[in-house]
Amino acid sequence: MTKGKTFLGVPVARPKVAFFELSSCEGCQLQLLNNEATLLDFLSLVEIVRFREGMKEAGDDYEIAFVEGSITRLDEEERLRVIRDQAKIVVALGSCACFGGVNQLKNRFNDFEWVKKEVYGSFPIESQEVKPISAVIKVDLEIYGCPIKKEEVERIVTALVLGEQVHHPQYPVCMECKARENICLFDLGEPCLGPVTRAGCDAWCPSNRLGCWGCRGPAPEANLGQLQIIMAERGISQERMIDRLECFGGFGAFVAEVKGKKGEPR
Amino acid sequence: MKISCDIDIKHLTRVEGHGNIRIVIKDGMVKEARWEVVETPRFFEAILVGKHFENAPYLCGRICGICSIGHTLASIRAVENSFGIRPSQQTQRLRLLLKHMETLQSHILHIYFLAAPDYLGVGSVLPLTQSHPEVVQQALRLKLLANDICDEVGGRRLHPTRTVVGGFTMLPDRYRLGQFRQRLQASLADLTASVDLFATFTIPDFQRQTEFVSLKGDGDYPFIGGDLISTDGVVKQEQEYAAMTNEYMADYSTSKLSRLSRNSLAVGALARINNNFAGLLPQARAIAEEFGLVPVIHNPYMNVVAQLVECVQVVLESMQLIEDLLAEPWQEQRQPVEPREGIGVAAVEVPRGILYHCLHIDEAGRIVKADCVIPTSQNHANILHDIEELALFCVRQGKSDKEIGLLAEMLVRAYDPCISCSVH
Repeated sequence: MTKGKTFLGVPVARPKVAFFELSSCEGCQLQLLNNEATLLDFLSLVEIVRFREGMKEAGDDYEIAFVEGSITRLDEEERLRVIRDQAKIVVALGSCACFGGVNQLKNRFNDFEWVKKEVYGSFPIESQEVKPISAVIKVDLEIYGCPIKKEEVERIVTALVLGEQVHHPQYPVCMECKARENICLFDLGEPCLGPVTRAGCDAWCPSNRLGCWGCRGPAPEANLGQLQIIMAERGISQERMIDRLECFGGFGAFVAEVKGKKGEPR
Repeated sequence: MKISCDIDIKHLTRVEGHGNIRIVIKDGMVKEARWEVVETPRFFEAILVGKHFENAPYLCGRICGICSIGHTLASIRAVENSFGIRPSQQTQRLRLLLKHMETLQSHILHIYFLAAPDYLGVGSVLPLTQSHPEVVQQALRLKLLANDICDEVGGRRLHPTRTVVGGFTMLPDRYRLGQFRQRLQASLADLTASVDLFATFTIPDFQRQTEFVSLKGDGDYPFIGGDLISTDGVVKQEQEYAAMTNEYMADYSTSKLSRLSRNSLAVGALARINNNFAGLLPQARAIAEEFGLVPVIHNPYMNVVAQLVECVQVVLESMQLIEDLLAEPWQEQRQPVEPREGIGVAAVEVPRGILYHCLHIDEAGRIVKADCVIPTSQNHANILHDIEELALFCVRQGKSDKEIGLLAEMLVRAYDPCISCSVH
């Protein structure tokens, strides 16, 4: 596993890579193992020194750290700072790390003690408001999605290894969906955040006739005002629109604005 | 010789989520033997409150990155049971096919990537790509096939997209389904090779009597819904799940724990085979018998063998399911859904054991209360008591530090715990 890799005949350094997980389903890391056909090629591109879910060895000498999950407990903040000190590049892997993910839905309740009691009764349990990892450490690169799209991860990792700039699409999922010539979900009566969500997933959900839930957060060029008009024209309730917008945390500011404007506290 | 050891494993590797093992033995006396669950809770049951029912499967699938399909299907069944919806035969077949392929991919992941390295004396699957390339290739082929079918039926292998209350948003391509049937047929050779590989492994000879809980078969080997059974003779209906799980908290775990007739219980592949051995197809049963896996087996390490037997079972059943699906033209993929006030319970056998979702829904279709009882949370107390017994066993056998540590790690891994799922 240590022999050198070449690209177009030029030796390529295999960066030492480590994976870490905070509060999450660990699905984003599994997405990498789920890439059976190209897994072995991928493994020859990097040297994995730590991947707790897959290997017993645990090295502390790594250059790139992939961090999955959001922060929900103090010890996770401490772990993150250690990672930041060691790694040259910290990558937020997946929507939990980037925005808090589905975990941040608990933040919508005003009474956090109620949240704890609802699940654990009177048993004391340590937990705090959910935060993305960028709330605690500097993040060099974000890979969006719930789950992450493995093809996109491979493209990004290849760029990292080759020292290239990583670019995220500026346009929304709607563009990719149109390019795939899908039936528009709005024409099927379904709500969809495709018009405002950052592309890069190749319209994964709409291509399976599920409206977009915005897991990748807003596209830089998103027209959020227009989204409200489309939803209203199609007779989709504000509740259903907010369900999707608030699901992963990427649209937090906009949700606060919409709820503040005319939404009732839920 | 009186043995002494001090084993302190923080964040056990090659399992999903975060757990610690602690074993302290002094001059042949076990001072401490613990399994601690330190995973952070995510509060899914609170998150669901106030949400419209269509959020439930979408959110619940995200409890787990390995068995997201199982959680999604359990949540859908809970909603449908609450509304009194009976899915069409086509939907039932497609869901079972999807479930089976999740079982196959999860079991293969565990058998080869998480468990096998211990039996082959390495720290991960990585060295095996050099020393046993054919083994890695057969594992990857099986996993790829299972995941490809999950993509085709569920829209996506992780956090499925097509699975909704009432059925599916889209149906699979019939031609590709036919091709998948052929690939399943071809995969039996890889499974046979897996059986041969396992025959070379020495499974630790350790036993502790416990109670095994699963769905109750009726001449079949059930995965979705129906009555519940334990090897101690308890039988209950699906909606009585709370009496089967009896959740409680303890200071060594952020996950809830379960018990039934004894101080702990076990769920999973071994529990299913112990309860529903008669429902195994002849080919799968022959493999079980080859490994001496005839009920009731109380060796937790045998769970890995039970998973291998189930791989054969689900591949054979899936081939039949595809034949049945292709024998009839497609019907409407999605039934109409009318919300009504009610309580819906779902019991679904997911890779790590029986999973329960319970949803209280109001007349507007919003969730009032949610409860999810996870297989690994039901197993935690059993793992703890196994570790205690294992420590005594190791004292009797005069095992070395290294052996005790490895046996303890292998024991926990044998349960294939999904710890973040158990805490959710």
